[in-house]
Parts: sequence; C-alpha cells; structure tokens
Amino acid sequence: MSGYGIEDLVYILPIVFLLVWALVLVLVEAFTKRPDVTMLLAAFGLLAAVTLSVIQFGTEATAFKEMLTVDGYAVFVYMLVLASGLLSLGLAYDYNRRMGWARGEYYILMLFSIAGAMLMASAANLIVVFLALELLSIPLYVMAAFVPNDASSEEAGLKYFLLGAFAGGFVLYGVALIYGATGATNLMDVVAAALGTNSPVMLLTGAALILVGLGFKVALVPFHMWTPDVYQGAPTPVTAYMAVVAKAGGFAALFRVFIAAFPSVSADLTPVIATLVVLTLVVGNVAALAQKNIKRMLAYSSISHAGFLMMAFVTYGSALYADAVTSLLFYLLAFTVTSFGSWAVVIALEKAEGKGLDFEDYAGLGKKYPMLSAAMLVFLLSFAGVPPTLGFAGKFFLFRTVLEAGYAWLAIVGVIMSLVSAFYYLRVVRFMYFEQGDPEVRSEPVLNLVTAITVVGTIFLFLFSGPLLAWASEAVLALI
Amino acid sequence: MLESYYPIAILIGITVGLGILVMGLGHWFGPRRPTQRKNAPYESGMMPYGPGTRQMPIRFYLVAVLFILFDVEVIFLFPWAVVYRELGLFGVIEMAIFIFILLVGFIYALKKGAFEWE
Amino acid sequence: MLLREAAATNYFNLVPWVVFFPVLGILINLLVGGRLREKMIGVIASLAVAASFAVAVLLALSLNDQHAGTIIAFMNLEWISIGDLHIDWAFRVDTLSVTMMLAVSGVGTLIHIYAIAYMHADVRHHQDPTRYRRFFVFFNLFIVMMMILVSADNYLMLFVGWEGVGLCSYLLIGFWYDKGKGGANHLDGISNALAGKKAFITNRIGDFGFLIATFLMFGAFGSLQFDTVFTKAPFASQGTILAITLFMLLGVAGKSAQLPLYVWLPDAMAGPTPVSALIHAATMVTAGVYLVARSHELYALSSQAQNIVALVGGLTALFAATIAVGQFDIKKLLAYSTISQLGFMVAAVGMGAIVAGIFHLVTHAFFKALLFLSAGSVIQGVEAGHHAMEHGSIKESKHKRGEHLNEGGEFDAQDMRNMGGLSRRMPVTFVVYLVGALALAGIFPLAGFWSKDEILAEALHLHPAVFVLLIIAAFFTAFYMTRQIWMIFFSKPRSRPAEYARENSLLLTLPLILLAVLSVFGGALNLPFWHTLTHWLDYTLAEGAKVGSFNYLVAGLSTVLALAAIALGIFLYGKRYQAQAKLPAAQRPVDPVQPYLRGAFTGIQHKWWIDEFYDWLILRRYVALSRFLSYRFEERFWHDWLHDNAIAGSFRQTAHFLAQPVDLGIIDGIANGLGTISQRFASWIRRAQNGFVRSYATWVLAGMVIILGYLILR
Repeated sequence: MSGYGIEDLVYILPIVFLLVWALVLVLVEAFTKRPDVTMLLAAFGLLAAVTLSVIQFGTEATAFKEMLTVDGYAVFVYMLVLASGLLSLGLAYDYNRRMGWARGEYYILMLFSIAGAMLMASAANLIVVFLALELLSIPLYVMAAFVPNDASSEEAGLKYFLLGAFAGGFVLYGVALIYGATGATNLMDVVAAALGTNSPVMLLTGAALILVGLGFKVALVPFHMWTPDVYQGAPTPVTAYMAVVAKAGGFAALFRVFIAAFPSVSADLTPVIATLVVLTLVVGNVAALAQKNIKRMLAYSSISHAGFLMMAFVTYGSALYADAVTSLLFYLLAFTVTSFGSWAVVIALEKAEGKGLDFEDYAGLGKKYPMLSAAMLVFLLSFAGVPPTLGFAGKFFLFRTVLEAGYAWLAIVGVIMSLVSAFYYLRVVRFMYFEQGDPEVRSEPVLNLVTAITVVGTIFLFLFSGPLLAWASEAVLALI
Repeated sequence: MLESYYPIAILIGITVGLGILVMGLGHWFGPRRPTQRKNAPYESGMMPYGPGTRQMPIRFYLVAVLFILFDVEVIFLFPWAVVYRELGLFGVIEMAIFIFILLVGFIYALKKGAFEWE
Repeated sequence: MLLREAAATNYFNLVPWVVFFPVLGILINLLVGGRLREKMIGVIASLAVAASFAVAVLLALSLNDQHAGTIIAFMNLEWISIGDLHIDWAFRVDTLSVTMMLAVSGVGTLIHIYAIAYMHADVRHHQDPTRYRRFFVFFNLFIVMMMILVSADNYLMLFVGWEGVGLCSYLLIGFWYDKGKGGANHLDGISNALAGKKAFITNRIGDFGFLIATFLMFGAFGSLQFDTVFTKAPFASQGTILAITLFMLLGVAGKSAQLPLYVWLPDAMAGPTPVSALIHAATMVTAGVYLVARSHELYALSSQAQNIVALVGGLTALFAATIAVGQFDIKKLLAYSTISQLGFMVAAVGMGAIVAGIFHLVTHAFFKALLFLSAGSVIQGVEAGHHAMEHGSIKESKHKRGEHLNEGGEFDAQDMRNMGGLSRRMPVTFVVYLVGALALAGIFPLAGFWSKDEILAEALHLHPAVFVLLIIAAFFTAFYMTRQIWMIFFSKPRSRPAEYARENSLLLTLPLILLAVLSVFGGALNLPFWHTLTHWLDYTLAEGAKVGSFNYLVAGLSTVLALAAIALGIFLYGKRYQAQAKLPAAQRPVDPVQPYLRGAFTGIQHKWWIDEFYDWLILRRYVALSRFLSYRFEERFWHDWLHDNAIAGSFRQTAHFLAQPVDLGIIDGIANGLGTISQRFASWIRRAQNGFVRSYATWVLAGMVIILGYLILR
C-alpha cells in the first residue's frame, strides 16, 4: 500500500498546510482563548497558503493515485477562495467584536471550510468530491448558527444543516449509481467506462443526482429555497463568505466532474441545465424585485448570479467548453470581488440585533457618507453589469461565449434578466441618493480596508480584464 | 435495460394499490365512533402526561457527541486492525495522523471545559 | 580571445539600449527635471545620448568580429500580428545601421553639449526659462526616434521612427511657437508655428508616398521585413518595383527635402540653432538617403527608378545651390546648402553609389553640424553685442548705419548684412567656420573633398548628365560659402552690434572644435586606395558597394572649379563690397553679385517663387474647394436640406405618430402589464418561501424527480 509518497503531500501542500495550521489553531485557541490572536494567525495561515499556491503555478500533477489533481484551474480556484477567506476575515473581525461575540473558533472553522473548497477544486475522484463537499459544508453549518442565543441564526444553521445533509445524500447516491454503471469513481476511469456502455441511463441518473446535490450547494432553482432564509439568518460575514466560497467550491467541482467524467451524456443533460439556468435566472431576479431587506435581496441576487455562472455550463459538451470555463472563472472572480464589497457596506450599516438591514436604512447615505455610498454604487453597478466595472466584463465574456456556442436565446434571457436585476439594484441607489434619512455608520478600519480594496478591485481589475481573462484561460487550458 | 425493471414496477404498483385499496375500503365502509381513549397516542391504557418532547440538559448532548466521536474512532480502528499487517508502516502513519487529529479535538474539548459538569 | 568572443556576442544584445538610454533621459527629465538646475537637465540629456553613442561603439567593435551583424528581436515581442501580417519589434545590427547610429549619436552628443550652453543664452534671450526642460526632452525624443528609424528591421518600424522624427522636427521648429514675425502671411507671433506646420504637412505628403510604398510591398511580398522583401523582390514584376520605389522616392523627397517637397526646410530654421544643426542638417534629413541606401536592392532592380532618383538628386543639388547664392539670412543660406548637399547624397544613392552617398552623409553630418553650430555661435555673439549696446555703456544713436531691421523694428541678428569683420571679435568661431566652409566647398584634404569627389567620380561613369549637374552645383557651393565667409567675418563691421560681438564660452566652442577636427579628418573614413568604409559597408550592401578608383581628372577639375569659385567670391565680396557699402542707399546694389545677374538675382532672392507657386497651385485651389464644400455642400445641401427637411422633418412626423397612438395605447399597456405580472410572480415565490424545512426539501425532491423523470422517460 505504499503507493503514496511524500510528493503527494507536496503537490497539495497548500491544502495540507491549511489543515495542519487549522489544527494548530485549535490548540492555540484552546490554550490562549484570545480571538484576536487566532484571527491574526488565521490571516497569516491564509497568506502562507496563498504563497504556497503561487508556488504551485504551472504545476500539472495528480496526487494520491489520481484522486487529486493540481493544475492551473485548481490553483485559480485556490487563489480565489483564499482571497475570499482573507476578505471575510476582514469582514468578520470588526463585525464580531461589534456584536460582542468574537470567538476564535469562527476563524478556525473558516480555515477548514476553505480547505474543503480547495479540495473541491482539486478533486478528481467522486468520493473525494463528496468528502470535500462535506468538509466545505459542515463548518459552514456551524458558522451559520454562530450567533449565541439568537433564534434566527440557529434556525438558519439548522435549516442549512438539514437540507445540506439531504442534498449530500443525493450526491452520494449519484456517486453510487455511477460506480454501479461504470465500476469506477475516478473521473478518468469513469469517462473511459462511460464510452463503453451502451445503456447510459444509470450513468445519466447518477450525473443528474450529482448535479442536483451540487446545484443545491450553489443555489440553483429549485434547490435554492434554503438560500434566502439562511443568508438572512446567518451572521452577515458568514453570509458573505458562504455566498462566495460555497459557490466557488461547488462550481469548481461541478465543472471538473462534468467536463472530465460526463462528456458522453452532455447532449442529454444540456436541456436540463438550460432549464435550470432559465429557472434560476427568472426566479432569482424576479423574487429579488419583491425584497425589502438588503440581505434577502442580496441572497436572491446571489441566486441569480448562480444562474449566470451556470449559463457557461450549457456549453460543457461542445468544443467551446474551454471558453465557457474561462468565462465562468472570470465571472466567479468578478462576483467574488463585488459580492464582498457589497457585504462590507451592508456590515458597515448593520446595527446590533439585525437592525439596519432594510432599504429604508440606506436612505440619505449618499449625503452623509458619500464615500461609502459611492462604493456601494460601484458594487451595485458591477452586480448589474454596467461598465466600467468588473461585473460588466464578466457578463460580457459570458454572454459572448454563450452566443458563440449557439445559445442565442439563452443569452437573450440573460440580458433581459440583467436588465431586470438593474431594477432592484438601482432601488438601493434610489434610497441612498434620493431619499431623506439619517443613517449611522461606525467607521472601522479593517472593514474600511476591505471596502476600499474591493472598490479598487472592481474598477481596476476591469481595466485589466484582458490579462485576467488570459490568466483564467491559461488555467483552463490545463484542465483539458 | 429498463424493460427488465417492469415486473418490479408492476409489483410496486400492485402493492401500493393494494395498500390503498384495503385502507380505503376500511375508511369507506367501516364505522367510526371515536372516543377520547381511542384518540390517545397510546391505546395501551397508559395515561400520557406532560408534553411529548421533553427538554434535557445540553451537557448530555455534549457528552453524547463526544462519545460518538470516540466511538467512531474505535469503529475505524477495527477494520484497520484487520488489515494491519498488509498496510505495514504506511498504515501506522495513517492511523497516527487520524488519532492525532482526534487528539487535538480532545485537547480542545478538554481545555474548553466540555467535561466539566458544572 | 575568450573575452573577446564573449564580448562580441554580448554586445549585440545591447542594441535596444541605443533606444532606451535616451528614453531613460526623457523619463528622468520628465520626472525630476522640474527640480533640477538647468545645467543638470542638459547634462542628463547629453549623458543619455553619450551612453547611446557608447553602445553604438560597442556594436561597431562587435561587428568588426562578426561582420554579418544580426537581428535582435527585443524580448521576442510581436508588435503586430493581423492575418498574414507579422511584425516583430526587432533591431537590425549591421554595418549600415551601426554607421548611422554612430553618426546620429556621435554628432548628437556634441550638439547636446553645445545646446547646454546655447539654450541657456537663447532661453534667457527669449525670456522663458521654463522651456529649457522641454527642449531637452524633445531633443532626446528625437534621438530615440532616429535610433528606432536606423535600427528598424522592417519598413513599418522604420516608419515609426520616420514619423517620430517628423513629430520632433515639428515640435522643435515651433519651439518658440509664440514668437516669430513676418513669414509668408505676415502674421505676427505665429510664423514659427506656421513654419512647423508647413514642415509637418509637407512631410505628410511624403509620408503618404512612403505608406503607399509599404502597402504595395505588403501586397506584393506579404511581408515588410527587409530580408524577406529583398529576397522576394527579384520575382516581382518590373511595374511593381517601379511603383514601390517611386512612391518611396516621394517619401524620401519629403524627409530629405528634395524637389519638389524641399520647401519646408528653409522655414524650419525658425527653430533654435542646435535643432537646425542636429535635425535639419546632420541627421533627420538624411533619413531619406538612408532609406534609399537600405532599399538599394529594390532600386537596383529598376534602372528607371535609379535614373529618376539620381536626376531628382542632381536637380535638387543645383537648384538649391543657386538659391543659396541670394540669401542674406545666415541660417537660411545654410539650409539651402543642406538641400543641395542632400541632393548630392540622393543622387549618389540613386545611381547605386551607396557607399559614396553614405560617406558623404557622414562627412556632411560633421561639417554641416559644425557650420550650423558656428552660425549659432555667430548669432549669439552678435546678439550679445546687441544686448551690450542696448543695456551697456554704449550710448550712441542706434541704427546709425542703416542696420537691417525687420518689420517689427527689431535688430535681426541673423542677417549677414548686419555682420562683417567678426574674425577679430570671434577668433575661435571664425577658424572653425572656415574649416567647415572649406570642407563643404570640397577643398583638399578636408572631409568634404573626399566624399564629394567620390560622388562625382561615380557619377562620371554611372550617369554623366547628373555629373554635369553636380559639378555645377559644386561650383556654386564654393561660391556661396566664400560669399558667406566674407560677409560675416571679413572687412569692417556693418552694424554696431557686430562691433561689440563677443566670443562665446568654452562649453559652446568645445563641440565646435571637436566637430572641426572631425571635418578635417573625416575623409580618412574612406580614403582612396584604402576604402575602409567601402569594405565595412560591403558586409551589408553585398553587391551594392563598388570600389571606385580615384579619378585624378575629376578631383583636379572639382578642385580647380572650387578654387575659381572662391577667387570669384573674394573678388566680389572683398574690397568691392566694402566700397559699395559706402554708397548711398539708392545707388547701392542689393548684393555685389546683383549687377551681373540682374533679373536672375531677383529670381534667386525670391527662391524662384516656388513658395508662391505652391500657394497659387495648391493652397488656393484647396481653400476654394473647402469653401465650396463647406458652404454649398455641407451647409446648403447636407445640413439645410437633407438634415433639417428630409431627416429631421420626417423623424418629427414619425415620432408624433409613435408617441400619440402607439406609445400611450400599446407600449404603456405592455409595460404596466409586465410590471404587474412580475409583481404577482414575485409574491407567488414569496408564498412558496414559507420557512419550513420540509417544504424546502420537498422542492428539492420535486426538482430531482422532474429531472430524473425527464431523463428516463424522454
């Protein structure tokens, strides 16, 4: 059984390091009981993992008997979730202290779940996909319920846990069916065996079940129902974190699994995927129209963005899938930056006891805090896909890919839905700039830093969309 | 391939249909004269008292979770022990890592006072 | 030996630095120049060019070992890649390009040093100290562009440099853009800017030709890279080659101031004198010669094209030399002389005597830069005298001796009629000027003698007609230079400022002395019987260079003619001029030579009315056409009728129709309906979102069942 060597560990060093570091932090937290120290150490760990990931650039390898793959695609997602981790540390630090329940475990749980998301991107075996999914999800359940003595937070955590376990079951069942159909769980073996089978119903069913299970994670309609409740109930930094990292991990695994293992059934699955996309876009956007709470609105908005991201997926079986994955990665990046920025503003305005989260609370923000409201404006425009923001570039590349793949009708639906989305995003703008009000914002340094970084990122990265896209495209080339 | 499942599907259909039929027959034709005794959860004659769900101290859950944790550890050790010779040094290292991770959790629980009853 | 080899291979890689050093100079001056002292700005700019020169020297040393040269693709950058068009940013290092680099950066360095001193005084004179930095930034930019031009490996890169030097020329001609009087339109304060504009527009006409040639080349050969073009050229049709070469000639005529596009160069003297020396005499204007030399393999394929180029050069040489005879402005005279000398070079390269052309290019760079810089020295000396006279202790009545004033009533320090007798006041300048003039006149054994003689010798057996044109031009050259020397330096001062003229500082005169030395010994580059330059360039030109034998007949003839011209000049401008100056104004001839030439002198003085002719032929027609287009076409037809009536009117009608029945009735209905529907839909979704985990799970399950059902039962 000594088929494993030290080089296996070296290939996935960022993940291994992060896990070991999290374990160390468990001890640190147990002995010192100082959240500040844990937070700083967690930030250091994330930075170190970023460094290790940077070193991983250009690595093309499989580890642990082809159960894990390290390539440009995986490293891209590593960087994305690690950066998300750093940003949400920034969001959580001030928020948790302000709300009076700063605890070190929060950061440790986050490290674990980031490691899970990274594993999702690297997983080349269906069982590993499942394990990574659990590693990503279980800390999130706890984090969602992190507010002590708060019914809505506990409700969110429990709901998320129950439904997550439910969806996890689907994934597991799907894996089992695929194993039954092909006798393999390794993606490469699955695809080889799938080509040989003359009756792919079992394979198809298994793939569909995995789609359902992961679709739940990334909140596709109709598997999205948990999203608004959990997003609203969970502490806001957790919501921000969840919205990005769970999506990134889910999509990363979804793409790798489907492109690597199920190209043979793409013709069957594409109508299903397209339907899911349309449903997600329509329901997410239209429901967001009716919201008055900003967290709920952003929850639906994040559902709609899952729809946009999934849009790239309809081409997965065609020759254009490389472009599709590129634009997906780019859109994911755009969504990450914009999303964290908007959540930072939400956190800045949030008061204790979940107050300060309605649209009315944003009235008069433009006059009193011009910088903050300008930042929010940038994020909302980016969400809506208005240039010169990263969101525009993301949508642009995405729609272009979809058009090239011959799904003109889908692109049209996408454009219409982004018009609809502009409607509710601009409602917030209306409140900020055209309504009278007296909002109260406490200026907190780390939070301001996060806001500043994301504003700059949203606009600045737009100017560098070309190189970024090239980077993403290089990352994808490795996948093929 | 799917054709071979038809007998099973038919059987399931017959079974479900039969169940519904039998219960429906009773529902339609049987007389119903409910009394309070008859509607009680237990028809054994025991009188229920208090609410159906009862609160327990959270400490029990904590201990139960920790128990499960170490239980799982032991369960994992059994199959490992069976193939221990074949695994060799690799197996020892793997298990050491596993136990070490659990140990970290255990130390954490200890320092956080999970075992203090008060 | 090892070191030598290593060095030789390494030096080629340095070639991008001939461009980057001046870029560095620009950056430093742009970033921190505002805080530096004036001198420092100049020193930085000069060092940048000197560094460039050092690199060029290293390249030359490397070439000594590896004659073939090389092409260095800079960081493998692909500059343009569209369809079949692939252009890399590559530097070409061969003997021809390195010769140009050496000339450009070498002369450039000296002129930069000179400019430190010159611009100091000039800036003071024009009372505008902030422009000092601007000047050196432009100056360095010029070197950058020139280096790109000569180091290019394809026609498009060459064109970048070509356009770039044109831009710098424009910027520097108009350096005193708010100054300048007179000019063609007698507009106050903008004639310098107009001169810049004239240069730019005239050059654009030439560039247009160059561009067409480039397009044709790409069309015919599918590439713009030199080697590819040259290998494919022999297989192209004669017509194509002729078209390419002649369109290219148009570009050459624009940049190198040949007939018929030379008119911008005399006006370009509005710029500061170092600019005239560097750009409008020594380097930029020779770009056209370089282009023909570079493309000699194309020209060699078409004897017609060669004929035309040689004739254009020969005619220009003679034509400009005649005009030079009638000029009074010290710099304008030199400008016409430059045009004439460029004509020599173009004629040489046109005939296929590439080496002779390049040889003359280099020596001309030495002595013409020397002459311009010395002229600048003279001007500053006289200006200093003028300054001393106005503000100093001298309190005599001004304008006593009928000094030549321009319209504004200002003293004109560039008018040679205001000079005279400066040899005593400015001895150093006098000596170096004399050296330059003798070199230009082609007196043995100065640089100009050897190079001009080589051209003449080649012309005699390649193209006798051009030989006749050139040798007459050479006679005129010697004559007008004698005239200039005598008017400036000999006899008595003809104005008060000339009496008080002062010699300039060492910083200013040192480059002059160095250039004078080069002008004396520059001929050593390619002495007959040794032919250093010929062998050196032969590595690049291959068959283009022929070792011409030294022709004693030609040498003797040209020397005799030059001496005769000098004698004639001394006769006319010596004692006679002195005597005429004493006559009352009415009887005094405009110039001693006027009585002999009569009407012809009027023609010379007015530059054969070429400017007026162009004005009449092109400008007036163009303005008339513009008027017609703007009033008749644009205003009446396009705007009044088509826009206002046809388009706007019908648009109003349509809008009216769309607004009333269509919009209010149909569109609003749809829009409101959509809003209502989406609100209903949203509220339905909200009702589904009831908060119960079981119902959420049901949704998941339902979704899964529908998907699986679809997949299985499809």
